[in-house]
Amino acid sequence: MQRIREILSGWLREGQADRVLGWKKGELPGMREPAFFHTEKELEELVYDRFCGPNLSKFLIAAGEKPGVTAVLVKPCDSYSLNELIRENRVRREQVRILGVPCKGNVDPRALEGKGVLAVREEEEQLMLSTLYGEEILPLSQVLLERCRVCRGKKHAVYDELLDPGQEEGPAGADRFAEVARLENMTEEERYAFWQGEFSRCIRCNACRNACPACNCRVCVFDGPAFDSSQKANAVPFEESMFHIVRAFHVAGRCTDCGECSRVCPQRIPLHLLNRKFIRDIDTLYGPYQAGEKDTGRSPLTDFTTGDCEPGAWEGA
Amino acid sequence: MKIMKKDRLAAFLQAVSGEMPLFLPVEKGETTAFARYTGEETPALSSVRTGISPKDLFFPQCETLYTIKTDSPGIAIAPAARAQEDFAVFGIRGCDVHALEVLDEVFLRENTDTFYQARRQHGILLSLSCRRPDTACFCTVFGNDPAEPPGDVAVTEGENAWYWEEKTEKGRAFLKRFASFFREGDAVPCEEEKEKIRQIAARLPFGNLSLQGWGAGQTARRFEDPRWEKLAQGCLGCGTCTFVCPTCQCYDIRDYDTGRGYIHYRCWDSCMYSDFTMMSAGNNRTTQMQRYRQRFMHKLVYSVENNSGLYGCVGCGRCVTRCPSGLSIVKVLREMREEEAHV
Repeated sequence: MQRIREILSGWLREGQADRVLGWKKGELPGMREPAFFHTEKELEELVYDRFCGPNLSKFLIAAGEKPGVTAVLVKPCDSYSLNELIRENRVRREQVRILGVPCKGNVDPRALEGKGVLAVREEEEQLMLSTLYGEEILPLSQVLLERCRVCRGKKHAVYDELLDPGQEEGPAGADRFAEVARLENMTEEERYAFWQGEFSRCIRCNACRNACPACNCRVCVFDGPAFDSSQKANAVPFEESMFHIVRAFHVAGRCTDCGECSRVCPQRIPLHLLNRKFIRDIDTLYGPYQAGEKDTGRSPLTDFTTGDCEPGAWEGA
Repeated sequence: MKIMKKDRLAAFLQAVSGEMPLFLPVEKGETTAFARYTGEETPALSSVRTGISPKDLFFPQCETLYTIKTDSPGIAIAPAARAQEDFAVFGIRGCDVHALEVLDEVFLRENTDTFYQARRQHGILLSLSCRRPDTACFCTVFGNDPAEPPGDVAVTEGENAWYWEEKTEKGRAFLKRFASFFREGDAVPCEEEKEKIRQIAARLPFGNLSLQGWGAGQTARRFEDPRWEKLAQGCLGCGTCTFVCPTCQCYDIRDYDTGRGYIHYRCWDSCMYSDFTMMSAGNNRTTQMQRYRQRFMHKLVYSVENNSGLYGCVGCGRCVTRCPSGLSIVKVLREMREEEAHV
């Protein structure tokens, strides 16, 4: 932590950055919030640990309206979101200064919810909780966010400086497509029932959309009076099922699988599974592709080559 | 004091749900919500708060006000029916009942919202005291007692029994209707349980939040505070806080074109959204800071002025646990606290 502050303080001091985007402590143990820091004094409040779940990339779109350079801390998976935003010209590379920080996996703060947690500390792959109702120990493996259990790897796609270059080759997690395969193996009826059950909890709060770095339209098609059914209504079937599918289609080829949609969903809908299905299909049809790996060029879905698969050739349709 | 043996609850819930719609907290995916009990569901009575509040039992997220049919000769307009049968809500916590009192101010005091009114008239609140308050809870800040929930019947869970106290005439009639499940008994064990709850509540970390400098007449003092800008910097502009909140009451009214007419409906709206209160001349709040400020000014100042002194927050803690960015009203109260409140 001290080293992170030193680097960032140096950047502020030497004029390499005008502000820092990072995390600071929230109001409860294990809660972290995105925050901007402008001075070395303010940087004393900066934290970086296992609880820093929020992907900060999307805040850089708005930060780009400010003059000067924003320094930002990015975890390996966040770096792909940021690089994709750079590729799409939504963030200008010269306006950000990127410190790549290593990641051991983020704790899902909801794993602590309702336990009356007064304090939490990490000790040898365990979380030691002090609660209103006594002490409790949680193995870290049980409280990581889903995206971290299936971690793609510890490599950063973009950075100006790496805090710990040795960590770049760190191990990946479990197979992230296992759950997609399980859904693919369902009958249509089973799969429909699965998603109806999940979507029935949707409250159309739009947290998934607003947190998603790939959902970066200046004005969302669902915001505004053009639609008969407004963005907020969840009563008609369209809103419950089509909204998420439309959104998944819209970010297909640009979604880096950062997992923010599922992390922020207040109703715990596994939205990442929709995106991951598209990622798997793109891999199958166009060859392995990782959005955000490169900051230039076209993605398979925005490119045309004579070798492209024929529409309708998929799955014998 | 009416007492029910602990293991009689399932039979009781079954009996009630046979007589009238019964709503209670149930497991839903990896979260909890109030849902109609059919006997199949797993009641979730141990978690202190449901993922979203039970306000939608009285003020649904989306409801049809009337329908218009244009496919027959002339135009046919059919108003939607108001609630006509009694229903029971078991396991609603004190904070969420207090939130209904805030909604009553909005929907019943000056103008009567007959949709809401009908549901309130037919709803029987069997509220549950909070055996396990959570660190995100701060109902005591707004004058609530987690051991003494308002409602028609207040229920307290003990080691071996449930204790039932009638609070209203409606509650008395309800207990009489299901009298076979209860015996009269000593109130002392129930009071002991309440004392335990109060002892836990006294240790809640948010219990010392101060409302100094908030309330009626504080608009000028608070509105231009430069701290709003900093407070709002992590806000994503989603509607999570407003949609999980038990007191947020803003709604939008729209017409849904069915092709053969229109469904005139209303649905929850959120002051966090860019098209909130959009008018033909545009929007009067153009930045997220302004929207963010509106939400808390409404809860901590305007509501107190407009709703007989009631704050628009009951301290349920949902926004604390659900904000994707870890923001909440607690943060506002802490960051903008008045120094004199802490001497």
